[in-house]
Amino acid sequence: MPVRVRVPTPLRKFTAGAGEIGAAGANLKDVIEDLERNHPGLRERLLDENGQIRRFVNIYLNGDDVRFLDQLNSPVKDGDDISIVPAIAGGR
Amino acid sequence: MATISPSFLRLPAAANPQPGPGARALSVLDLIGNTPLLEISRLTAGLLRPGVRIFAKLEGFNPGGSVKDRAVRKMIEVGLASGLLQPGKTIIDSTSGNTGIALAMVGSALGYPVELVMASNVSQERKRIIAAFGAKVVFSDPLEGSDGAILRCRELIARDPQRYFKPDQYNNEANPQAHFETTGPEIWHQTGGAISHFIAGIGTSGTLMGTGRYLKTRDAAIQVIAAEPADAMHGLEGLKHMASSIVPGIYHEDQIDRKVPVETEDAYDMVYALGQVEGLLVGQSSGAAMVAALKVARELRQGCVVTVFPDLGDKYLSTNLWIGWKAWTPLKLKRLLEKL
Repeated sequence: MPVRVRVPTPLRKFTAGAGEIGAAGANLKDVIEDLERNHPGLRERLLDENGQIRRFVNIYLNGDDVRFLDQLNSPVKDGDDISIVPAIAGGR
Repeated sequence: MATISPSFLRLPAAANPQPGPGARALSVLDLIGNTPLLEISRLTAGLLRPGVRIFAKLEGFNPGGSVKDRAVRKMIEVGLASGLLQPGKTIIDSTSGNTGIALAMVGSALGYPVELVMASNVSQERKRIIAAFGAKVVFSDPLEGSDGAILRCRELIARDPQRYFKPDQYNNEANPQAHFETTGPEIWHQTGGAISHFIAGIGTSGTLMGTGRYLKTRDAAIQVIAAEPADAMHGLEGLKHMASSIVPGIYHEDQIDRKVPVETEDAYDMVYALGQVEGLLVGQSSGAAMVAALKVARELRQGCVVTVFPDLGDKYLSTNLWIGWKAWTPLKLKRLLEKL
């Protein structure tokens, strides 16, 4: 399992309930494509129609917001930790 | 369907039973409610049939800055009256923001300590406002969303149940009751009874349930409509996608006439539009409410559509809401409307 991806509750219907899944890729874009192959439907929840990360989705690579790295081109290596976090959800 | 009196905006001040701005108050608690109703006219110009109007109840004008002031005041009042809240106890709840601010404000005004559990990804502004009122904040896992905060709060109470009073906004009937007693009558009065459709976002569902219930007692034909995130994965802070969430005990789906799904990105774009076209800076839940209100209003030949803007936008300036606002143009509003 080259990369560990933490999946938030609202997306676990795509991962058979798993909160952590493995994925592979040289950069974040590849990892998302790999996620989509194994868990169809995930990509559309993460990326908009222009292929950019949706405004309300935050993706962290080893704890750093990828918006402050190289977005989808951020390089990924074995053992990296990716977290997908919705901007916020739920009642106030 | 009720017809709209063009004169209802010109009602004499004396017709308003509550003290207006400028009245003297003994406590900030007395300043809660009686918020303005604004007609959304510039943004809707040319989009609606002549007999259709949209109004927004501006709950950001409450002293704590949101609609939550109403529910919190009522829940604390009922807690004190029942003896469940008494000196020596700490007020605790799970909240991703506005309820926390309201609890912190009311706790401070009444001299009760407050502890709040929230996902650690709520906006910096909110954390700081809550801290400024002297409340203690406990963080839960952001991956678990507001349901994670609910569960963490339960754990804390289980460790020392006697110490805490939990208003429990999701299951406390005082929450919708606050809206039955204040928001509903205010809207009825402010529209001169002309309201035909009431639309609100659902988080705890208190606003929708209580206000809707009151309005139906005045005119059973009034349509009560929920604006709901279109998907479980959304970015509409304050709102719940019911099918994938812990359903609040106060939520009764049979009391709603209809649900309108709202995409997060449409709500964000609507926030930009309200700022740049209407001169109104609001949060994303207001954007969602406006998207739903426009969708409903555009279907009508005649009607008075009222929605609730739960707060203003200053608390969200550092959040994801504003990613991409520079790309906004009036053309985006046009495209959004074509989609509705």
